[in-house]
Order: sequence, then C-alpha cells, then structure tokens
Amino acid sequence: MLYVVIVFLGLSILLYILMGGADFGAGIVEMTSPAKIRDQVRRITYQTIGPIWEANHMWLIITIVILFVGFPAIYTMLSVHLHIPLVLMLIGIIGRGTAFVFRHYDAVKDDMQRIYNLVFTYSSFVTPLFLGLIFGATVSGNINPNAVNFYDSFIHPWFNFFSLSIGVFTVAICGFLAAVYLVGETEEFTLKPFLLKRSRMFMVAIVLAGGLVFLAAEVEGIALVSLLVQEPLTLSILLLATLALVFLWFQIEKGNRKSSRALSGFIVSAILIAFGYHYFPDIIITQSGENLSVFNSAAVGKPIETLAWALLIGSLFILPSLFYLLFSFQRSKVM
Amino acid sequence: MEDLFAARSQMALSLGFHIIFACIGMVMPFFMATSHYQYLKTGNPLYKDLTKAWSKGVAIFFVTGAVSGTMLSFELGLLWPKFMLHAGPIFGMPFSLEGTAFFIEAIALGFFLYGWGKFKPWFHWFTGVVVGISGLASGILVVAANGWMNSPTGFDFVNGEYLNIDPIQALFNDAWFSQSLHMTLAAFTATGFAVAGIHAYMMLKEKNIEFHRKAFRIALVFGGIAALLQPISGDISAKDIAVRQPAKLAAMEAHFETEKGASLIIGGIPDEEAKEVNYALKIPGALSFLAHGDFESEVIGLDQFPEENHPPVLVTHFAFQIMVGLGMVLMGLGLLFFFSNWKKKEWMKKDWFLRLFALATPLGFIAVEAGWTVTEVGRQPWIIYEILRTEDAVSPIPGIAYSFYLFTAIYVSLALVVTFLLIRQIKAVPSSLKGSGEMSSKSVISNS
Ligand code: HDD
Ligand code: HEM
Ligand code: HEM
Repeated sequence: MLYVVIVFLGLSILLYILMGGADFGAGIVEMTSPAKIRDQVRRITYQTIGPIWEANHMWLIITIVILFVGFPAIYTMLSVHLHIPLVLMLIGIIGRGTAFVFRHYDAVKDDMQRIYNLVFTYSSFVTPLFLGLIFGATVSGNINPNAVNFYDSFIHPWFNFFSLSIGVFTVAICGFLAAVYLVGETEEFTLKPFLLKRSRMFMVAIVLAGGLVFLAAEVEGIALVSLLVQEPLTLSILLLATLALVFLWFQIEKGNRKSSRALSGFIVSAILIAFGYHYFPDIIITQSGENLSVFNSAAVGKPIETLAWALLIGSLFILPSLFYLLFSFQRSKVM
Repeated sequence: MEDLFAARSQMALSLGFHIIFACIGMVMPFFMATSHYQYLKTGNPLYKDLTKAWSKGVAIFFVTGAVSGTMLSFELGLLWPKFMLHAGPIFGMPFSLEGTAFFIEAIALGFFLYGWGKFKPWFHWFTGVVVGISGLASGILVVAANGWMNSPTGFDFVNGEYLNIDPIQALFNDAWFSQSLHMTLAAFTATGFAVAGIHAYMMLKEKNIEFHRKAFRIALVFGGIAALLQPISGDISAKDIAVRQPAKLAAMEAHFETEKGASLIIGGIPDEEAKEVNYALKIPGALSFLAHGDFESEVIGLDQFPEENHPPVLVTHFAFQIMVGLGMVLMGLGLLFFFSNWKKKEWMKKDWFLRLFALATPLGFIAVEAGWTVTEVGRQPWIIYEILRTEDAVSPIPGIAYSFYLFTAIYVSLALVVTFLLIRQIKAVPSSLKGSGEMSSKSVISNS
C-alpha cells in the first residue's frame, strides 16, 4: 500500500506543476506582455482558467495532506527548516488567488483594478519562484537538522545558488506551459503572434535556466552531471524532453493545439520524472547524509493503509468529475 | 512577544479568519440552491437574479476561504511541527477524506459559477447542491479532527510513543459527533442571520423590496431552524464535556471547587488568584443539572487539577457567556420570525422588525468565534488533551512574532478588501435589477 501512496504523491506534485504551474504562468505571461495587449491576455486568461483554477490548486493541498499523514517526518522537517520560503510562497498563493477573483468580481471597474493586476502578476511570479526554491532546497543537501545557529538552520538550506536556480527554472516552466496553452485559445490576429513569440521565448528560457541549474550544481559541488551520466535512463528521459522541445519549436506555429499542449505537458513531465527518478526514494537530502526517503520516513502501520484507501476511493470521485470539468470548458473556444 | 504566545496568536487569528469564510462556503450553496430551485419551479426571474447575485458574493468569499485554508494546512506544520509529527498519521484520516471533499467542491463550484446557460438547468442546479454537500462534509471532517485533539483515541501512548495507530477509531473519537453537530448548526445560524440581516437592511432602505424579501425569507428559514436547535445541541456538548474534559467545563463555568448541587454562574468576573467569582448571579443546583441531568450530582471543579494544568478561566468563561447569551438572543429572534410568519405577516414589513434583524447581522459570527474560543482555549495547556502540551509542540524557529505581525497585516487587509467588495456588490444589485429578470449587461458577461 505504501507504493499506492508514493504514486499519488508523485502524481499530485506532477499535476500541481502542470495545472497550477500553467495558472501561475498565465500571470507571468501577463506580466511580460506589452501594455497594449495586456487586456486581451487578461481576458483569455480569465476565460480559460476561470472555471478550473480552484481545482488546479487542490493538488497542492493533496500533496500536503499526503505528506503530513503519510510522511510526517518529511513534512515537519520541511516546515521547520524551510519555514521562511514556505511563508513567502503562501503569501504568493494568497495574493494570487484573491487578486485573480477580486479583479473579476469587483462590481465597479475602477483604479482598484490596477492594484489587483499588480498583486496578481507579481504573486504569479513569486509563488513558483519559491516553490522551485523549496524543491531545490530539499535536494540541495543543505538542510542540517543538527545546525545550531539561525543562519545554518533556517536560511542556508534554501538561500543558495542551486535552490535559486531551480526556482528560476520553475518560473520558466510555468511561463512556458501557460504560453503554449494560451496559443491554442485564440485566433485573434494581434494576440496569437504575440503568444507564439512568448512560447518560444520561454522555450529559450527553459534551456537557459536548465543550464543554470547544472552550472549551479557544479558550483555548489552537487554531483548532478556526473551522476546523470551514470544513469542512462534519467539521461535519456532528459534528452527526449530536449528533442521534444526542439520539435515543438518548429511545430507550434502550424501544429494543432492538442498536439502542442500534449508536447509541452510531456516535456515538463519528463523533466520532473527524470529528477524524481534520479533522487528516488529520497525526498530530503540532509547535510549529514541521513536522508529522509519515502521508505524510512513513512508512517508505520495502518495510517498508510487508510490513506491509500482514502486516495483510491477519493480519486474514483475526483478524476471523472475533473475530466468532465476540463472537457466541458475546453469545448467552447473563445475569440 | 514570546514565541509560544506568538504562535498561539497566529493560529487563533488564522483559524478565526478562516472559520468565517468556511461557514459561508458551507451554507450559502444551500441558500443559492433553494433560490435556484424556486426559479426553476416558478420561473420567477427574481429568483434567478437572487441566485446570481448571491453567487457573486460567494465567489469572493470562496476564494478567501480557499487561500486561508491552504495557509492553514501549512501552518499546522509551520507552527506546531512536533504536534504534526505525531498527530499527522493519527488524525490525518479526516484530512485525507476532506481533501476529496474539497476537490469535489472546487470542481462543482467551477460548474456552478461558470455554467449558466451552458448545461441543462437541472444539472446546473445539481452542481450547486454538490458544492453545499461537499462543503458540509469537509466542515464535519475537519471538526472531527479537532475533536480528536480534545478527545484523543485510536492509539496507545506508551513511554512517549504513539503505537498501534488506528486512524478510523481516531476519526470517530468521543467528541466528533457533538462538535460536528454543533458546528454545522452554528454555520447555518451564523450565515443565515448575517445574510438575512443584510437584506433586512436593504429593505429598510426601500430598495427592490420584493427581491430582498425573498432573500430574507430563504436565509431565515435556514438560520431560524438552526438557531432553535442550537441550544439543544449545545446542551449535548456541555454534558459531553462534563465527562471527557471536566477541566474545560470548570473553566467555562468558572467552577473552582468540586461540589454536589453546584450552582450555575451567570455573568460575573472570575478571580483566578482568589479562586472565586465576583458579581455573579448564581442559580443553585443548575450546573449539576446541566452537566449531568441531576440537581444533586457532583461537578468536578478546577481544584481537582494541578495548577499547571488549568485552562485560562477568565477568557473561557467570558467566551462561554457570550456564546450562550447570543444563542438565546438568536433563538428568540428565530421564534419571532416563525411566529410572525405564522400569525402576524404584517410585522415583516414593519421597520422595528427589520431593524431588529439588521442589528443581528454579526451576532451569529460573534457566537461562532466565542464558541471556538471556549473549545480551544478551554483545552489549554494541552494541544492533544492530556498527551502533549502546547508549549512542547511549538516550532523551534525564533521570531515567530514577525510572522504573526505579517499575517495580521495580510488578514486585516484581506478582510477590508472583502468587505469593500461586498458593499460594492450589494450596491450594484438593486440598480441593475429592473424586474426584467436580467442583470445589467456587464454582469451577464461576467457570468458567461
Ligand atoms: C452560532 C453560534 C453558536 C451558538 C448560538 C451557540 N454555540 Fe456553542 N459553540 C459554537 C457556536 C455556537 C461553535 C463555534 O460552533 C463551537 C466551537 C467548537 C464547536 O464544536 O462548536 C461551540 C462550542 C460549544 C461548547 C464546547 C464544545 C467542545 O469543546 O466540545 C459548548 C459546551 C457549547 N458550545 C454550548 C453551547 C450552548 C449551551 C449554547 C446555548 C445557547 C450554545 N453553545 C450556542
Ligand atoms: C475554524 C475554527 C477554529 C477556531 C476559530 C479555532 C480557534 C483557536 C484558538 C483561539 C486557538 C488558540 C488557543 C490558545 O492557544 O489559547 C487555537 C489553537 C489551535 N487550534 Fe484551533 N480553532 C478552530 C478549529 C481548529 C481545527 C479544526 C483544528 C485542527 C484540526 C485546530 C487546531 C488548532 C491547533 C493545532 C492550535 C494550536 C495549539 C493550541 O493552542 O492548543 N483548530 N484555535
Ligand atoms: C472548524 C474548522 C474548519 C471548517 C469548518 C472548515 C471548512 C472549510 C470549508 C467549507 C472550506 C471550503 C472553502 C470555502 O467554502 O470557502 C474550507 C476550505 C479549506 N480549508 Fe477549512 N475548515 C476548517 C478549518 C480548517 C483547518 C484547521 C484546515 C487546515 C488544516 C483547513 C483547510 C482548508 C483548506 C486547505 C481549504 C481550501 C480548499 C479549497 O480550495 O476549496 N480548514 N474549509
């Protein structure tokens, strides 16, 4: 049953990055769009993610619940040592969700809109930045449960080049997912070319940020490159993702929206799976080498079993209705 | 500010904030479904307008509830890691089920808010009902988790270790039923009176009377019934506590000494040093009766517990008095509403009647906050009753005070913005309704 829980944990993280990530990305695209078409971006963003954004963010809750029920040691270690970036990420989540809804449901459209837009775009950027940073921190090997001073306990684990580079990488991924997704939502002659350009820009950003991650790993002495070379499977998944990216670059203009979206989803999933596989079963790499893995920190006995059943039964309800939701609001292509 | 105190304050603030939105999220879907049902049955366009007007307010509340709830699921670990390390696997069952309920709720909400004109009317109606049912289910589950903190079961506590964990037994702890029942009723009472109060106020301003009258009635039928049942359920809770958490009962009642035929204390200022209550009204035997159903029975006082295990008496006692006092007021108002509905229909149009309900707008929510204060402060100094002390569970990170200030600022601003948006929504409603059954073009767009 532990494996069921592990699969759900991986799946919820993946889906949060894909769906929640595309949501954040929409704000990042808006942030980087020129003033004259920003209104159009805003409109299609709303029309595309309005009905589904709340569901997209539920994957984060599911991840957290799986962690604290199934792997309490991991949850508490993260909460203690990554307290600060978690708080900053939460502020981003609060700002983004509320600004997104408020700007639409404000009965009067006045100067307040400027504030909502500002909060929305900045928090759409900050949240994935810290999310990535937290991911990076868990595997950067800087978490030190025995640290005695404040800096080593609560700052250094996340405030380092490697974590930061993963943060930047995550932002690039979110922007990419959103831009490719939004391309398929419009035929408007000003908007479409802009979104195509943005999609390509974020593809470049992913490659650059990916390079930054490897560079940071080398600088910080994290044996990422050398280990990858020894793992043919990880390496080939990453190469496949890169190939797909190249293919998408040429295909996005003429390709239909389904295949572009599928490709972008594939690329991001492949990257995540490659890293997941690389680190499996460890979740937190500590300085002392006493890593926390999904095996050594799993709750013992019945909790895992009941959690697995709850997840299995829950998904019987959730998945069909979620697909129906996505399907229903997908059909109506907006102009 | 000391870290432990900062952490407790931040937890209290976050929960106290979230509960308002949670109540609205649990109850408003039922009001909307009722009005939507009326529209589908009678075809009266006012009901459609009402459903849409409510759903816009709800969207604003919903997102605030969702982000503050997300915040909470991290906060449990950010503030109380040593609590979650042990409690997570034990009381996690309701949370994992709750995750499903929230998910369904979020999905159904997408259908409901954006589904106007897109789906068959009854399917659309049904999605609204699903929002309500899953909201209620999640509320009940999370309160069951809180019940476990008050009445921990489902594990063996041996030498500081938590063994033989049984999450299902932990879910059905001794407190889950009385607490969930009372909380569910409280959500209906509080939301019902708040919504009715706002519409009563709008009627006083003589705007779109017919529209607001319909809204007022739907809200008060739900709220009024709940308010009538509330004291009964409160009595069940009190009898329950007398057995499982006598220290909490003693603090609520400011009952310092164990005695037979204990008297009920109304009002008064407890003096924790001198262990007595000044200026109070005492009804002999009544506390024994309320706690155990017998005027002569013995009620355990705080003297039975070592000093370091006493909950704060002053806060718990005051909060309890406020809750019960307001409970009586709301029950009276509920009776008044049903009476006038039955015999004196003309009262409903009288200013004094509307003014009374307009004044009662915040009372239910004040009672909710007071009730939670009783439950949570009355559990102190324990985070898991008689197992783990709150001070032993707090995070080792220094400077929690700063995070408390930060979140206070965030919650205060959010509360202000939500209030501001709500006022704008309410103002927008009457002007856009010309009895045509359609909202202004702007609002039509925003719902399609
Ligand atoms: C509209 C709100 C409201 C109203 C009118 C009342 N209550 Fe209440 N009460 C709550 C809202 C609430 C609450 C916020 O929902 C609590 C907090 C925890 C819980 O389960 O319910 C609560 C807790 C609570 C507890 C503690 C439960 C526990 O710790 O397990 C007791 C003993 C009572 N109530 C008793 C009463 C009585 C005798 C009332 C008589 C009128 C009453 N309440 C009215
Ligand atoms: C939403 C309604 C709730 C409100 C308004 C509320 C209120 C409070 C208050 C006032 C405190 C501070 C008590 C003190 O330290 O003196 C507190 C503490 C706490 N509550 Fe609640 N509570 C609610 C529900 C819950 C639920 C459902 C849970 C968990 C399942 C929970 C978990 C906690 C924890 C972990 C603490 C900190 C430890 C402690 O002080 O005992 N609360 N809450
Ligand atoms: C008595 C206490 C509580 C009640 C009755 C309650 C109820 C609810 C309800 C009905 C919602 C749905 C959203 C809405 O209607 O606005 C909600 C949202 C949420 N609550 Fe609470 N809650 C309580 C306390 C807590 C606690 C202690 C936690 C965290 C451990 C929590 C976590 C969440 C989360 C994560 C969401 C977001 C779900 C979404 O996106 O729809 N809640 N809560």
